[in-house]
Amino acid sequence: MSKKTGKSEARGQKGDVLLEIRGLKIEGMSGDEWNEIVHGIDVTLRRGEVLGLIGESGAGKSTIGLAAMGFSRDGCRISGGEILFDGVDLAKSSREQQRRLRGARIAYVAQSAAAAFNPAHRLIDQFAEAPVQHGIESRGAAEKDAIDLYERLRLPDPEVIGLRYPHQVSGGQLQRAMTAMAMACRPDLIVFDEPTTALDVTTQIEVLAAIKDIVNQFNTAAIYITHDLAVVAQMADRIMVLRYGDLVEEAETAEMMANPKQDYTQSLWAVRSFQKQNRTEAEEGVEPILRIDGISASYGKVPVLYDVSFDLHRGQTVAVVGESGSGKSTTARVITGLLPPSEGQILFKGKPLPPDYRRRSKDQLRHMQMIYQMPDTALNPKQRVREIIGRPLQFYLGLRGKAKEARIRELLELIELDPDEFIGRLPGELSGGQKQRVCIARALAAEPEVIICDEVTSALDQLVAEGILRLLDRLQREFGLTYMFITHDLATVRAIADSVVVMLQGRVVESGPKDEIFTPPHHEYTELLLSSVPEMEVGWLEKVLANRTMESAGN
Amino acid sequence: MENFLKELRKAPFSAQFGMAVVVLYVFVAIFAPLLAPYGERQIVGAEYEPWSQTFLLGTDNLGRDMLSRILYGAQNTIGIAFATTLLAFLIGGILGFLASTLGGWVDTVLGRLIDILMAIPSLIFALMLLTIFGTNVLTLILVIAILDSTRIFRLSRAVAMNIVVMEFVEAARLRGEGMGWIIRREILPNAMAPLVAEFGLRFCFVFLFISSLSFLGLGIQPPTADWGSMVRDNATLISFGDITPLIPAGAIALLTVGVNFVVDWFLHKSSGLKE
Repeated sequence: MSKKTGKSEARGQKGDVLLEIRGLKIEGMSGDEWNEIVHGIDVTLRRGEVLGLIGESGAGKSTIGLAAMGFSRDGCRISGGEILFDGVDLAKSSREQQRRLRGARIAYVAQSAAAAFNPAHRLIDQFAEAPVQHGIESRGAAEKDAIDLYERLRLPDPEVIGLRYPHQVSGGQLQRAMTAMAMACRPDLIVFDEPTTALDVTTQIEVLAAIKDIVNQFNTAAIYITHDLAVVAQMADRIMVLRYGDLVEEAETAEMMANPKQDYTQSLWAVRSFQKQNRTEAEEGVEPILRIDGISASYGKVPVLYDVSFDLHRGQTVAVVGESGSGKSTTARVITGLLPPSEGQILFKGKPLPPDYRRRSKDQLRHMQMIYQMPDTALNPKQRVREIIGRPLQFYLGLRGKAKEARIRELLELIELDPDEFIGRLPGELSGGQKQRVCIARALAAEPEVIICDEVTSALDQLVAEGILRLLDRLQREFGLTYMFITHDLATVRAIADSVVVMLQGRVVESGPKDEIFTPPHHEYTELLLSSVPEMEVGWLEKVLANRTMESAGN
Repeated sequence: MENFLKELRKAPFSAQFGMAVVVLYVFVAIFAPLLAPYGERQIVGAEYEPWSQTFLLGTDNLGRDMLSRILYGAQNTIGIAFATTLLAFLIGGILGFLASTLGGWVDTVLGRLIDILMAIPSLIFALMLLTIFGTNVLTLILVIAILDSTRIFRLSRAVAMNIVVMEFVEAARLRGEGMGWIIRREILPNAMAPLVAEFGLRFCFVFLFISSLSFLGLGIQPPTADWGSMVRDNATLISFGDITPLIPAGAIALLTVGVNFVVDWFLHKSSGLKE
């Protein structure tokens, strides 16, 4: 341990320039030609410094992060500029030279640890691979070191967790194990590519704290890539805002948070401003449009829902929140009839719906539509927009020919897409936000009463997500739609919900009007959930963690 | 069509070569009666005549013109192989899609039945069935198609399995669509690429299979011209240093290579790989 820290101190002092990228240009293959996707970026990173790269998808942040290791993905190439890592130009160095650096002095933590670990090997074997291959330490020493790092990253049972296979630990633990692995050779630089994006807020906060801790302990420089501003505010010393492969703005974190200069940066900062106007509460005694009445359900023999009940009132938005695995999406599957419940029933306007969707009438199906999380898989890639939206029109309403075409155009206008431009397109020719809009139009085409939105904005960039929320809100006002909004993002809940249902491990722990849920006193779990949502404030992470330690000390 | 030609011009040489071979074979197969100097079954000279002005490739064991029989052979062998492959895809594809869409016991029963069929070596099984049911063209096509559909069932089931779990299929089910629409409009268009590629490969195997059967005497029956049996009938010429029997064998080999080139190119394109 001390041996290695000594070594990295010998390599340089804190504050020395470690990585210097000048005029970096990267080209990507699209169709049959090379297009420039990163247009001359300069990055300077000092030892012990954490640089945040933020931007929407397609901004080139991951590409630049990988280029900092001298690596480019398939179909990309570094076409210009210098990448000086400790004096070595990675853009021009040989494969052999790069191999010696990677893993040993530069490490990478991927977005999805589950996909990045080899499922066939135990965690500790994968941990030991790099140090042993690079001849830094023996297998035995590497295993001892792994246990030490697991402990520092606050993994449970650090002595034995390394003996498990990737599928035997949770997502948050896997992400920490990956950070430990990146630390194995005590690199000078770690590139974190959205390491917490796929995690729940309650898990995210733990992983963030662990990463921040260990980077400080070993004085490692890091590039932290994310699209989440609140997260980057906690992690980075300095922030670079990127857009379309260009630098928009660069500043120290505190400075950037306090007064962003460019319009684009300001728009990113302001994105969470959307707030639905409050409406009057549902009147007492009015029959709910949809009543979920004591639902229990199981997958095979494994029970997943226990006595879930809540009501949806006409024209209202009910947000169902909870971590992954809390049963939110399963509840939606029960409501739509994909998973018949073992107990309880679904009442639509007071009448029970058949539990299996195959037994429901066309009209019952029509009244309840669904919008999915991933618009990529929710739209048939081989059908054009005309057919995607036209099918429910023909199927439910019997529209044909000119009438159908006219209605498709109307719907496209409703979702703010130009009919002439979009009606003949395939989903592959649409952006993520446009795809989600087409999904909304498909749901609307059925002229439903209730729309179930399953994490509809979580796969989208914040600006785009904002647009979708505004659109959904407008449509709700125009057509008196009722939404059931499944989400793990409490900011979204704040923006659009009228009432909130909090779920944990298949049970409803708390439910009620939004204001009630968001005002203390909270249920214990709601409190944890609420306090885990990162805020756009430097030092927020430390504050929350300090609070929690105090509380647990008090207990 | 215009797009296709444009794509073909950009394709690698192997694909262009393969495409040229396929087009040539199809052309010959269709226009064989016009191209052939003599009739398919017509005895025009003595047995085993050498290459000459009148008989460009000599004559066979019964004194029929080799060249004419090779041209007609294209028609018979390719036509039968094509019909067989098509039938095999219809049976295997439909069953595979049904198994994956319906799941449950349908999937289990179909899967086990297919397993049983696949457990018996197909050449021996085919020989047995042909011996029982006789060796006319219709039985030949049916037997080979059913035996071959097992592999297509497996492929189409596997491909469709990845598609039925997609949310657009779930959306179609929740809309209340019937099985026909889901298979035809939601699954099939997305399963086309691997199936078309497999079609090319399967066609080659069927083609070789028929040729082997003919060589063994249980395939296409004389006097119908067929490359497999032509090799067998004239095989003795090899021992006299005459390469004529290698020509139908070469025709089989060339088509196999050509189809494979085209399939490779198609797979490469549809997989979206660069370089």
